Amino acid sequence: MLIDIVIFFLGFSIIFYVLFGGADFGAGVLELISGEEDREKIADAIGPVWEANHVWLILVVVILFMGFPKIYSTMSLYLHIPLLIMLVGIVLRGTAFTYMHYDAIKDKSNHVYNFIFKISSVLTPLFLGVIVGAMVLGKIDPNAETFYAAFIAPWFNLFAFSVGLFCVVLFTFLAAVYLIGETKNEQQKSAFIKAAKRINASAVVVGALVFISAQMNDLSLLELFYESWLAIAAVVLATAILPFLWKSLHYSQIVLSRGLAAAQVILIILAWFWVQYPVVINVGYGTESLTFYNAVAPQATMLQLVWALVIGSCIILPFLYFLMKTFKGKQFIDK
Amino acid sequence: MEDLLAARLQMAVSLGFHIIFACIGIAMPFLMAIAEYKWIRTGEQVYQDLAKAWSKGVAIFFATGAVSGTVLSFELGLLWPTFMEHAGPIFGMPFSWEGTAFFVEAIALGLFLYGWDKLRPWVHWGTGIVVGLSGVASGIFVVAANAWMNSPAGFDWVNGQAINIDPVAAMFNDAWFSQALHMTIAAFVATGFAAAGLHALLLLKDRNNLFHRKAMKIALAVGAIAAIVQPLSGDYSAKDVAERQPAKLAAMEGHFKTSQPAPLIIGGIPDEEAEEVHYAIEIPNMLSFLAHGDFNAEVIGLDQFPRDEWPPVLITHIAFQIMVGAGFVMMAVGMVYLYLYWKRREVLFQRWFLWIVGLCMPLGFIAVEAGWTVTEVGRQPWIIYGIMKTKDAVSSMPGLQYPFYLFTALYLLLTAILIWLMRRQIITLSERYESASAN
Repeated sequence: MLIDIVIFFLGFSIIFYVLFGGADFGAGVLELISGEEDREKIADAIGPVWEANHVWLILVVVILFMGFPKIYSTMSLYLHIPLLIMLVGIVLRGTAFTYMHYDAIKDKSNHVYNFIFKISSVLTPLFLGVIVGAMVLGKIDPNAETFYAAFIAPWFNLFAFSVGLFCVVLFTFLAAVYLIGETKNEQQKSAFIKAAKRINASAVVVGALVFISAQMNDLSLLELFYESWLAIAAVVLATAILPFLWKSLHYSQIVLSRGLAAAQVILIILAWFWVQYPVVINVGYGTESLTFYNAVAPQATMLQLVWALVIGSCIILPFLYFLMKTFKGKQFIDK
Repeated sequence: MEDLLAARLQMAVSLGFHIIFACIGIAMPFLMAIAEYKWIRTGEQVYQDLAKAWSKGVAIFFATGAVSGTVLSFELGLLWPTFMEHAGPIFGMPFSWEGTAFFVEAIALGLFLYGWDKLRPWVHWGTGIVVGLSGVASGIFVVAANAWMNSPAGFDWVNGQAINIDPVAAMFNDAWFSQALHMTIAAFVATGFAAAGLHALLLLKDRNNLFHRKAMKIALAVGAIAAIVQPLSGDYSAKDVAERQPAKLAAMEGHFKTSQPAPLIIGGIPDEEAEEVHYAIEIPNMLSFLAHGDFNAEVIGLDQFPRDEWPPVLITHIAFQIMVGAGFVMMAVGMVYLYLYWKRREVLFQRWFLWIVGLCMPLGFIAVEAGWTVTEVGRQPWIIYGIMKTKDAVSSMPGLQYPFYLFTALYLLLTAILIWLMRRQIITLSERYESASAN
């Protein structure tokens, strides 16, 4: 019971991080593709909620190390390098965005901030995906003899990078759909719509690449799917949404397309969850995989974690709603 | 470079960097709230301008603190996976609450920074207070977790495994209160003096600048009161350390040989080989009094501990001297300020006093860094005092010096950019305010 509540909050935090933090990253990627002119729009859209969007990741980390310490320590040890790169991305991006926004003098330095902002907007989700890919793939070898086998091979492969790329594309898609509703300029709006459609199409292609690369790296992802009808249902549903999503984008139905895009992303995360539940890290090489159940912390700890999460949410969620309403509500009324 | 040393240095750099922004995040919201309160009450525009100018600095520092804090939450595992695997379920509880506190802080800061025109004045002021209170709460939770490393509680250690875990007892360990109190007050001392010092230096260029005058008065009032209270909490902390971690206290004081009564050793250079402190001033019986409240009490020296359980005495002792020295200078300046404010207000903005305040600008943060060094280095060789050694907790990944170089370079770069950004804020600020002071 306690463990289910904690898993629920873990999933909840991951979903919120992807939906909000992910869209922030995507906005940076979008800038990289679309050029400079959207910068103000993007900065305005993410400014007030910027910090809050990224706290979700800290919740994920805290839930992991308090509730499932063995999962946290295993990731930290064998995926040290991709985690490190992701952290550099987080630092560069977080600081570049704020420094750019608050620099008292606007001059050539803006280009530097912007360059770092865009590059790290790609780097961070790419390596976030690489880490997820490595957790699924099962190439972690606790008895590895060489540095390469222990600390590089688990993540430096086609599959992990395909998941990374998929992550980048997915986040960019979220950002494009989100920004459609943030702009009043018709020309810009149609540019975002066009971008959203294109990126959505490339998400399908990269999604296929994930499956192909899995086969190439000896992971029969399809077989894993066969074992979980929930995972299949999630993927089928995510695909079934596509035509409706496209239609809503075409007619720029802002709320509907945002909802459908979010639903699609949530379904993909759920598919990932179900395809390996209760496993969290496929370790590989004959070593037992780490599941929620064999890595769980003692009962007393889980109870305190649940209290903190439940009471914390009762404080955070209404306050977060107030924040969103204060800064996002107005624009809907303006239309 | 040895992996253990690299990991410790990376942790030191990361925490030493983060602690500055954490302190600013704790104390600055209250300075802004005072300014905004005065604006709402008096309607004087200068106070709103001040709150807004400070809030820009806070936004920059907060973003830096948020990302360096995120890095730390991962680094605990990246560098000390064995430690986290055992300690996570025991001392994770304050972190789980810190998550909420930090979330509230981030939300409230968003409202504060972007809500000047969207919220009613008192609601806006309230969001600033919430930023400060949740910052204080965050700090207390994190320090409680650190205190657990100094004073492990809430579990039984049997054959290298923790059993009978009680996270509540772990969070409210014996050290949490004294450490949290000392750190929270330190945040106000450091931030207050840094802000006051900065505005004092700017006043030296333009003594009639109303903006900087108001700014210095608010910041110095907060810093002064905190600096005067701080020695009391320091005394309480020292007595606590003497009870719980006598080896740390002995290293702090350079106290090699157990003695009754024990003299207080001020300054000097400890020599671990000869087991004595060169060039120090000794005050007879004073350490007995400071550590145990009795001039004739016995104080345990390092001789009671096996050599391999000694903290590095040189670093711990010198860091402790720096912290106490800086603390006393700030306390004295704080007292002078309050006296002048009370009796001779016209002297406050004379050059000599502005110089003193200006020179004090870095002292608070030097004390914070030194004090943190005392608590961390003084705990060595333990990561969990008496339970797990730091060398047994370090990651087994070879080549840890490279992440250390990477993060050191990254944080040096950010420090340079921050100084540059602050300069640019100040340049534009004085341009705006020179005219206002002429009016």
